[in-house]
Amino acid sequence: MTLAEMVLTVMFLGGTLYALFGGADFGAGVWDLLAGRTRAGAPERALIERAIGPVWEANHVWLIFALVVLWSGFPRAFAAVMATLYLPLTAAAVGIILRGSAFAFRKAVVPVVTKRTFGAAFALSSLLTPFFLGTVVGAVASGRVAADAASPGGSPPDVVGSWWNPTSVLGGTMAVLVCAYLAATYLTADADRQDLAELAERFRRRALGTGVVTGVVALAGIAVLARDAPRLYEGLTGRAAPLLVASAAGALGSFSLLVRRRYRPARYSAAVAVGAVLWGWAVGQYPYLLVDRLTIAQAAGSRATLVAMAVSLGVGAVLFVPALVALLVLAERGELTEAIPPSTTH
Amino acid sequence: MGVLPPLFAAVAAAEANLLAARQQMALSLGWHIVLACLGVGFPMLILLAEWRGLRTGDAAATELAYRWTKVFAVLFAVGAVSGTILSFELGILWPGLMGTFGDVWGLPFAIEGVAFFLEAIFLGIYLYGRRRLTPRQHLLVGLPIPVAGIASAWFVVTANAWMNQPAGFDVATYRATGKVVGVDPVAAMLNPATPVQTTHMVLAAVIVAGFVTASVYAWGLLRGRNDRYHRLGFLIPFAVAAAVTPVQIVVGDWAARFLADNQPVKLAALEAVQHTAAGVPLSIGGIVVDGEIRYGIEIPNGLSLLAHGDPDAVVEGLDRVPADERPPVAIVRTAFQLMVAVGFFLLGLAVWLGAAWVRRRDLPRRRLFLWGALAAGPAAVVALEAGWVATEVGRQPWIVYGLMRVDEAVTAAPGIRFGYYGLVVVYTVLTVAVVSVLRRLTRPWPPPTSTEPIATTEAMTQP
Repeated sequence: MTLAEMVLTVMFLGGTLYALFGGADFGAGVWDLLAGRTRAGAPERALIERAIGPVWEANHVWLIFALVVLWSGFPRAFAAVMATLYLPLTAAAVGIILRGSAFAFRKAVVPVVTKRTFGAAFALSSLLTPFFLGTVVGAVASGRVAADAASPGGSPPDVVGSWWNPTSVLGGTMAVLVCAYLAATYLTADADRQDLAELAERFRRRALGTGVVTGVVALAGIAVLARDAPRLYEGLTGRAAPLLVASAAGALGSFSLLVRRRYRPARYSAAVAVGAVLWGWAVGQYPYLLVDRLTIAQAAGSRATLVAMAVSLGVGAVLFVPALVALLVLAERGELTEAIPPSTTH
Repeated sequence: MGVLPPLFAAVAAAEANLLAARQQMALSLGWHIVLACLGVGFPMLILLAEWRGLRTGDAAATELAYRWTKVFAVLFAVGAVSGTILSFELGILWPGLMGTFGDVWGLPFAIEGVAFFLEAIFLGIYLYGRRRLTPRQHLLVGLPIPVAGIASAWFVVTANAWMNQPAGFDVATYRATGKVVGVDPVAAMLNPATPVQTTHMVLAAVIVAGFVTASVYAWGLLRGRNDRYHRLGFLIPFAVAAAVTPVQIVVGDWAARFLADNQPVKLAALEAVQHTAAGVPLSIGGIVVDGEIRYGIEIPNGLSLLAHGDPDAVVEGLDRVPADERPPVAIVRTAFQLMVAVGFFLLGLAVWLGAAWVRRRDLPRRRLFLWGALAAGPAAVVALEAGWVATEVGRQPWIVYGLMRVDEAVTAAPGIRFGYYGLVVVYTVLTVAVVSVLRRLTRPWPPPTSTEPIATTEAMTQP
């Protein structure tokens, strides 16, 4: 493994963790959107708020992590992707800003009307953001980002067709479904831990339903990829086939665990299903960073920077990984809850 | 479009893109920087109040810490996401910069990511861990938040310093061939402008957070809420900001002297010096008309003395560079004067409080002081924005000083201005929302939690 591949692996690991944790936070927002009218949906919304409140900001940092590693390690690829796909990326950025702000605002305000408005903004942007990020994945995977898109004198990129095409739409749809599936599975376990049997049952049904839909779309997606993204199709059915098998096994595993109401193992199994398919994508398009356009070796920036990144991220990981694990474990055990005011005498 | 020669159309699109891209960047950065300052400075104030409450059993201090935490939770969330959009925009709007120099100046952003992780993680535990932790543990868990916040600010500002003072690669080869070789990311991060710029910005963050918070309580005091809660809510942030302000004036002088030696064109624009000369006067106030200062007060030999420590020293003027390499003087000088003027206004308030405190251990008696303190919050924000305008517009037409112009860096993708219009709407809505939520959070205590729907529904869901 070259140094560039090592740094890219670290970046992709960050991206995977963003999908597994940040993605589930987005999915929770999707379920918030579908929770129903104010009164009827209140218990679900409260559960979602308790589940993502303490952790979503830390989970969000994985996105920034992946972005900055990409731009420092592979500046040409970063510039080409951002310039070509500025429409879905601007939409995703707006979605991110609205989602985060609206979630914080909803917690802070009291009147039902404003709470509902912020809640709607939170939920809607939770749906749109993963879709647009998914179209970006589809654009890269189907070879629609030109390597010279950003260089001076390079031809202006196709800013619509690059992300509005069969593979990108598949990517966007899969992203939304996967986020919703992860969230429903995680929330089932959260509800169960809090002895909210009725809510657990509701999210269990949703997880099973979304799981079926996701599986069907994934299978249909193989046909789409065969026609629209031949390079990726070739890799997925060849070198990356074991990862797809692992993903299918994870999906079936989480499904049967959900059926048997074994919620905690079900969430790990679901995470394996999603993680394996992401790595399948990466392995499938190896050695390309931008499919058909730019290989990892061609895209790699200065060696000195790659070394400096590897060292500083390694040292940084020693600092933040234990803290992050502590946060996630505390949240998972339900030990992080809203504080009570110190005094109400004023 | 169809009748235009294709090349002409492309040039027109690039120019439209450049203006829209610069406006979008200015809007996003100018918006985020206020929240970033509160994100860096506010946790310090919270922990000070919490520490005081813990040490002396002062209930008002504990209550302040609790309420500020609620406000901070909102500000941090909005600051985090409005900062994320900036890292998108660097690529979306300036692919020429990122594609060419991404590996030169990227390292501090990666390290900033680590600091941001720590900040978000400990904030999560700090906000939600109160029930689980003892008060002392809770305070300790909060300590990494300001430390990581300052570290984040420091690393990000090193990147801006690099744009002003590019280093860490073979500059001569780049000038000759446009190729970036000999990259040393650590040297880029520790470029000559880093020490002065990072110090100036971190102090600015503390000053903005302190005066903004204090001005809320100044309003309360002016309306007669002269209780311990309001006095402490005023004094803690005001005292911190007041203590830092004189240091900032000294650092500002350091920054100007640094410019005189390293970025003389920017200094010439800040002071509207058209012609290189010896014994240049310092002009205060007035307006810039056609590049010349009218109605200003002149202190003979003042600028030569300030910039080089010698009243007869030569100060370089804008005539040192061709006309197309000069920044727009009127904007840059006005912004700079505004920043300096606010700096001295804040210094005056700080001295006023200091004098009263030394004499009587109390706030100044005159209401004028409180009116001044009320104005200090918005004024500090104005100084912050003006300072960024001065340094960013003062670098024009360069995105990387002396090496890459903004028009070489901007994207060639069509339709950038529509994205900008969309963001104007988003930021307008967001501003209204932030202000209304903050007003809600600063209403008299306690908030009517008993009627909160979430609280009642939580009760409903318990089997």
